[in-house]
Amino acid sequence: MATATVARPVEPGAAPPPPPEPRRVPRWVWALVVLGLWILVWSFTRGDDTLFVSGTEQTDLHERITDIADGLGGSAITGVIADGINAIVETLQGLISTPEAPRPAPQIGWLGVVAIATWVGYAVASWRIALLVAASFVSFGLFGFWEDSMDLLIVTLVSVFFAVLIGFPVAIAIGLSRTASRIVTPVLDLLQTMPTFVYLMFVFILFGIGAPNAVVCTVAYALPPIVRIAGFGIRDVSPAAIEATDSLGQTTWQRLWKVQVPMARRTIILGLNQTILAALSIAIIAGYVNGPGLGKPVLSALTQNNFGAGLVPGLLIVVMGIMLDRTTTAASERSERVARGGGEDPRRRRIVLGSLLVPVAVAVWYSRYAIDAAVFPSNDLASSVASRANDWMESITSALDGPSGAFKDAVTYGLLNPLQSLLAESPWWLAYAGLLALSLVVGGLRALVPAVVGLTGIYLLDLWNDTMVVLNMTIVATALVMVLALVFGVWMARSRRVDLIVRPTLDAGQTIPAFVYLIPVLALFGPTRFTAIVAGIIYAAPAAIKLVADGVRGVGETVVEAGRSTGSTTWQEITKVQLPMAKGSLVLATNQGLLYVLAMVVIGGLVGAGALGYDVVYALAHADYAGKGAAAGFSIVLLGILIDRVMRAAADRAGPGR
Amino acid sequence: MLDPIKRRAGLSALAAAALLALTACGGGSVSEQTEANEEQAAAAGGDCGEFNILVHPWVGYTADAYVVGHVAEEELGCTVNYVELKEGGPSYQALASGDGDVILEEWSHQAELEAAVADGTAVDLGSMGAVGIIGWYVPGWLAEEHPEVLNWENLNDFADEFRTSESGNQGQFLGSDPTYTQYDEAIIKNLGLNFKVVFSGGETATVEAFEKAQKNKEWLLGYFWEPHYIHAEIPFARVELPPYEEGCDKNKAEVDCDYAETELKKVASKEFMDSGSPAASLVEKWTLSNEDQNQIAAYITADGMSPEDAAAKWVEDNPDKVEAWLG
Amino acid sequence: MTQTVPPTTPVATERVAGDPALSVQGLWKIFGPRAERIIGTPDAELSRAELKRKTGCVVGVKDVSFDVAPGEVFVVMGLSGSGKSTLVRMLTRLIEPTAGTVEIGGQDITKAPDSRLRELRRKHVSMVFQHFGLLPHRKVVDNVSYGLEIRGEKKAARRERAMRMIELVGLSGYDQSYPDQLSGGMQQRVGLARALANDPELLLFDEPFSALDPLIRRDMQNEVVRLHRELGKTMVFITHDLQEALKLGDRILIMRDGQIVQVGRPDEVVARPADDYVREFVSDVPKSHVLTLRWVMRPVDDQVAPDTPVLPCDTVVREAARVVLDHNGPVLVAEGDRVVGMVDDDDILRVVVAEER
Repeated sequence: MATATVARPVEPGAAPPPPPEPRRVPRWVWALVVLGLWILVWSFTRGDDTLFVSGTEQTDLHERITDIADGLGGSAITGVIADGINAIVETLQGLISTPEAPRPAPQIGWLGVVAIATWVGYAVASWRIALLVAASFVSFGLFGFWEDSMDLLIVTLVSVFFAVLIGFPVAIAIGLSRTASRIVTPVLDLLQTMPTFVYLMFVFILFGIGAPNAVVCTVAYALPPIVRIAGFGIRDVSPAAIEATDSLGQTTWQRLWKVQVPMARRTIILGLNQTILAALSIAIIAGYVNGPGLGKPVLSALTQNNFGAGLVPGLLIVVMGIMLDRTTTAASERSERVARGGGEDPRRRRIVLGSLLVPVAVAVWYSRYAIDAAVFPSNDLASSVASRANDWMESITSALDGPSGAFKDAVTYGLLNPLQSLLAESPWWLAYAGLLALSLVVGGLRALVPAVVGLTGIYLLDLWNDTMVVLNMTIVATALVMVLALVFGVWMARSRRVDLIVRPTLDAGQTIPAFVYLIPVLALFGPTRFTAIVAGIIYAAPAAIKLVADGVRGVGETVVEAGRSTGSTTWQEITKVQLPMAKGSLVLATNQGLLYVLAMVVIGGLVGAGALGYDVVYALAHADYAGKGAAAGFSIVLLGILIDRVMRAAADRAGPGR
Repeated sequence: MLDPIKRRAGLSALAAAALLALTACGGGSVSEQTEANEEQAAAAGGDCGEFNILVHPWVGYTADAYVVGHVAEEELGCTVNYVELKEGGPSYQALASGDGDVILEEWSHQAELEAAVADGTAVDLGSMGAVGIIGWYVPGWLAEEHPEVLNWENLNDFADEFRTSESGNQGQFLGSDPTYTQYDEAIIKNLGLNFKVVFSGGETATVEAFEKAQKNKEWLLGYFWEPHYIHAEIPFARVELPPYEEGCDKNKAEVDCDYAETELKKVASKEFMDSGSPAASLVEKWTLSNEDQNQIAAYITADGMSPEDAAAKWVEDNPDKVEAWLG
Repeated sequence: MTQTVPPTTPVATERVAGDPALSVQGLWKIFGPRAERIIGTPDAELSRAELKRKTGCVVGVKDVSFDVAPGEVFVVMGLSGSGKSTLVRMLTRLIEPTAGTVEIGGQDITKAPDSRLRELRRKHVSMVFQHFGLLPHRKVVDNVSYGLEIRGEKKAARRERAMRMIELVGLSGYDQSYPDQLSGGMQQRVGLARALANDPELLLFDEPFSALDPLIRRDMQNEVVRLHRELGKTMVFITHDLQEALKLGDRILIMRDGQIVQVGRPDEVVARPADDYVREFVSDVPKSHVLTLRWVMRPVDDQVAPDTPVLPCDTVVREAARVVLDHNGPVLVAEGDRVVGMVDDDDILRVVVAEER
C-alpha cells in the first residue's frame, strides 16, 4: 500500500496517536536463532565437558556438605523439641488413636470421637458440615484405617498449630514491612521448592524418626501459605481505613489488632485453609521415616505392589482433605455471618449446643465402656474394594498395554531423547550460554539476574548433568500438561456441565498421594523417565487446567459477544478472542505447571527416572551421601526459582490479558 | 440460620444413631478386654513392655517382622511397634536413639554395622536363617527361548535386543532401588559389556518390569534377588557371571564377579539386648528359612492377606518352629 | 545557576486578627529521595516538571502559609494534583512535612513527639475523608466510638456519647447497622459523627462529598452548615468544587501545582481573580449569587434623590436586584451607617446579563 493515509482527528483535543513502533523482530525468531546456534555448536562439541557424575560418585563439595550435616547431629535443643513434639503427639494418640496396653482401645473410642467431631462440625459451621464430618469419620473406621486416620489428623493439626504459631507473626511482619517481605520471600520460595525428601533427610539427622520428623517437615512445608496469604491480606487492607483511623490517634498496636487484622480476616482464614491442605499433602511422605498416619499403609502397599491396598487409604486422605477444606471454609463463612449480626439468636444457640453435649457425653462414656463402640468392628469392606480395584486396574492396563507403549515410545524418541541429548550432552558452558540467552529472550532484562544466579548456582553444586536431565523431563512434562490444560480448560470454561463433572476429579487428583497411582503407571510404562513424566502430569495438570478454565471464563462476556457479532466460528472465537485475552492465566498456568512437575522430580527417582531424584533417594539411605542429596535438593530449588522468575518476567512483559 | 424443623431432625438423627449403637453392639466391655489382656501378659511371664521392630520396605522383611511381632504379642505379652524405615543409615540411627530395637534382615551395610558395633550401640546377632542371593536375572520365557543369554559371555550379542528408550544405543540393565547393594555398573565395565544401568528406583518398579516382560515376552535383564515372593508367581532365570571368589568384590570399582551369597543377619540395639526383655531372647533364637519367608510373603501379596493375618496363619501352621524360638 | 534566590514569598497570605486556631508557615512537601536538601536551593524554584526531570522528586506542596481564625470555615480549593489533599494531611502529620511549621492552638506540631501527636489527634483535631475510611467489621456505633475506644474511655461512656453523635448527624436507629448496609451519604454521616465524637476544636474535611451524588451532596453541605452553626467548630474544608467552596467558605484558598494562587472571601475571589487561572475557574459562577454590592457600586455623585433607598454593602446582587430595578434611579450602598457608594440598574444588569451570555 503506497498511498499515504491521512490522519483524521478522532475527537478534538485528543492526543495524537503514538508513532508506529519500528517493526521489531518477534521473540520467537530470536529463540529460534539461539536454538540454531546452540545446535550448531553442539554438533561439534557433543559429549565434551558434560560434567556427568554417576549415581555412586560424589565430589569434594558433596563430601564437605556431608561433614557439615554430620556435625549438626542431634543437639540438645533439637532433642528437647523432638521430645516435646513426641509428648504432644503421643498424648493425643493415647486419647483417640493408639491403645495403651493393656487397654484394648484408646481413651476415647471411635463412637466418642465421631460424636465429638460431629458436635464440633455443628458448633463451628452447620448441620450440613456436621453430617459431612460424621460421614468422613465413619468412613475412616469402616474401611479399617481408624488408627492411621486419627494419626494423620493429629499430625496434621499439631503441625498446623505450630505453623500458625510461627507463621502468623511472620505474616504480620511481612504485611507491615517491605523489608521483612523482601527478606522472607526467598526463604519461603526455598521452603516450598525444596523436595520433601531432602527435608526428611536433614530433619532426620536433627530430629530422628517418627512423629517429630513428620511434624517438623510438615510445619516447614505448610508454613509458606499462611505467611504469604495472611501477609498479603494484612498489606492489602484499604489504606483509606488505615488513614482514617490513624487520624484519630491510634497506636501502631491498636492499628494492627483493631483495624488491619480484623479487616484481613477473610484472607487470613484462606491462608489457614491452604496451610491445612499443604500439611495434609505432605504428612504422607513422612511415612518414609515412620511418621504416623495414612502414609504408612500407602507406602507399604507400594512395596507390596498392591494398587488396591494403597488406593483405599489414598482415597481416605482425599476424604480428610475435603472434610477439612469444607469445614474451615464453612466455619469462616459462618463466623463472618455471626460477626455481622447474622445467624440465630446467640443465647438460643448456646442452649442448643449445650444440650447437644449430653448425647456427646453419653457417646464418649459408652465408647469407653463397650468394646464395639471403642474399637471399630472389623469388616472386609476395604479388602473387597481393594481387590475389585486391582481387577479393574489389571483389565485397564492390559487393554492399554499396546497403545501405551507406542505412545511412550513416540514421546521418548520424538521429544524426550533429542531434547535431552541437546541439554545434557552439550558442554556445560554451551548449555549455560544457551539457557541464559533463552531466559533473556523470554523474560527480558529482568530475567538476567535470576538466570545468572540460578545457572551459576547449579554449576557450583556439581550436579550440572543431572539437573539438565531433570530440566528436560520438566519441559516435556510441562508441554504435555499445557496441552491437557488447553483442551480441558477451554472445554470447562465453555460448558458449565463439563466444569461441574471435571472439577471434583481434578481436586481429587491433586490431593491423592502420588504413591497410589505410581503402580498402574508403572504397569503401563515400566521404570522409565516417561513414567516419572506421567506422574508429574497427573499431579500438575489439575492446577493448570483450573487456572486456564478460570482465565478463559474471566474473559469478559462483552468481548466474546463482540467477537460473536462479527460472525466468528467457535474455533476462531477460542483462538482469536478467548485464548489471547487469557494470556496472563496461560502464562501463570505454565508457571504453576512447571513448579508442580518439578515437585515430582524426586518421586521420579523411585520409578526409574534417575538424575536428581535418584540422588536424593540414594542419599536418604546412605548417610555418607547426605551432601550429594542436599546438593541435588538445592539444584532442584535453584531450577525452580530460575524457571519461576523467568516466567514471571515473561508474564509481566506480556501484560495483563494482552 | 437453621429452621427448627431441620434442627430437630438432626437431633433425632443423632439420638437414633446413638441408640442404634447402644442396642446393636452386643460385644464385650472394654474393661473385660483390658483384664483379659493383663492376664495374658501375666501368663506370658511378665513385663515385656514395648518392642520396636524396624521394618524395611520389602515384603520378605514384612513377613519376618510380623511373625516375630505376632509371637512377641501373643506369647510374651509385648506391645509391638512396627517402625517403618529405609534400610542403612536411618535404621542404625534408630537403633542408637532407641526408636528401634531390632533389624531382622540385614543384607549388607557392613560399614554402618561395624561402626554401630564399634561405638557400642548395636550387637551383631548373626544369621537370621535365610540366605540372600543377589544376581542378574532374566524372565523365564527368555531363558527358555534363548538359553544363550544365561551366560554373560553371550550378552553382548544380544545387547541390541535389550535396548530400550532409556538406554541409548546400549543394552539396558535394570538396576533396582537406590538403597540396595549394587555393583552392576562396575561389573558391566570390567567385563566389557555393552550395557547401561538404568535404575528402576524401587522394588515395585522392578517387579512390575519383570511381570510385564514375562507377560508380553519382552527382553529384560536386571538385578534381582532371592528370597522374594514373586519367584512363586513368575519364573526367573539367573544369568551366570564369573563366579564369586573371596575378595573379588573388595574394591567396589573393580568388581568383575558375581554377587556373593549373603548370610542375612539379625542386628539389635545393645540397650535392648541388655534390658532382659523376653523379646530379646526371642530375637536371639529366631530364624526363618527362605521357603518359610516366601510362604508368608505369598500370603500377603498373592492372597492379599494383611501382614498380621499372614503371620498368624503361618504361626498356627508351624507350632514346632515357633516352640523352638521360645524354648 | 550560581545565584541564590531566597524562597518565594507567598502570593497572598492573609493573616487574621487575634490568636489563630491554626497557623501554617512556609509549609513544603517534596516527595522523593533526599527531598529535604532541595529546599533553599535554586532547584526549589523550578517548575514541577523540570524538578522531576532533574532530581526525580515531585513537589506536592510548595511554601504555603495561612492562618485560620477560631470558628472560621476555611476552604482549600484546587483541581486534582494541586496538592490540597497533601496539604490537609500535613496539618496532623498523616504526611510528614518536608519543611515549615503548623501551629494548632499555638503549639507547633511539626516537632511534637509521637505521644504528643497522638494526644492531638485524639482530642483536638478530627478529620473526615473522601472515601469515608469506615471499618467494615464494626457496627455504626462502634465506628463512631472508635476514637473514644482507642483513647481508653469506658464502654458505657463512649457508647452514650456515640449515640448522641449518631443522633446529631441524623442517623438515629442505624446504630446497629454495618457500614455496607448504608448508602454513601449515610456512610459519610457516620464519618462525620466519628470525627465529632472526639469533640475536637478543629475539624478537617478532605473532599468529603466528592464521592456522593449531587442531591445528597447538597444535603450534606447543608448539614455542615447546620453543624457549624450549632457547634461553632473551626473547619478546614478541602474541595475541588467551586460551588461548594463558595457556599461553605468564610474564606477560600485556591491552589495550583502545590502553590497558593489566591486567598480571599468568596466574593473577593469571584470579583477580583488573582490571575487567569482563577478567572477561568470562576467564569461559570453565577456572579449575581456571589457578588455583593461592594463589588459593583460606584462612588456617590451629588444628584441623589433624598428618598433613595439604602442597602448594606454585603447584600448579594441577586437579592438587591428587585429593589434597585424597582427604584427609579440609583440606590445608595452603606457600610454600617456610612454611605460608601451607589448602584443603578446598569450596574446590576451588567452582572446579571454577563451570566446569561
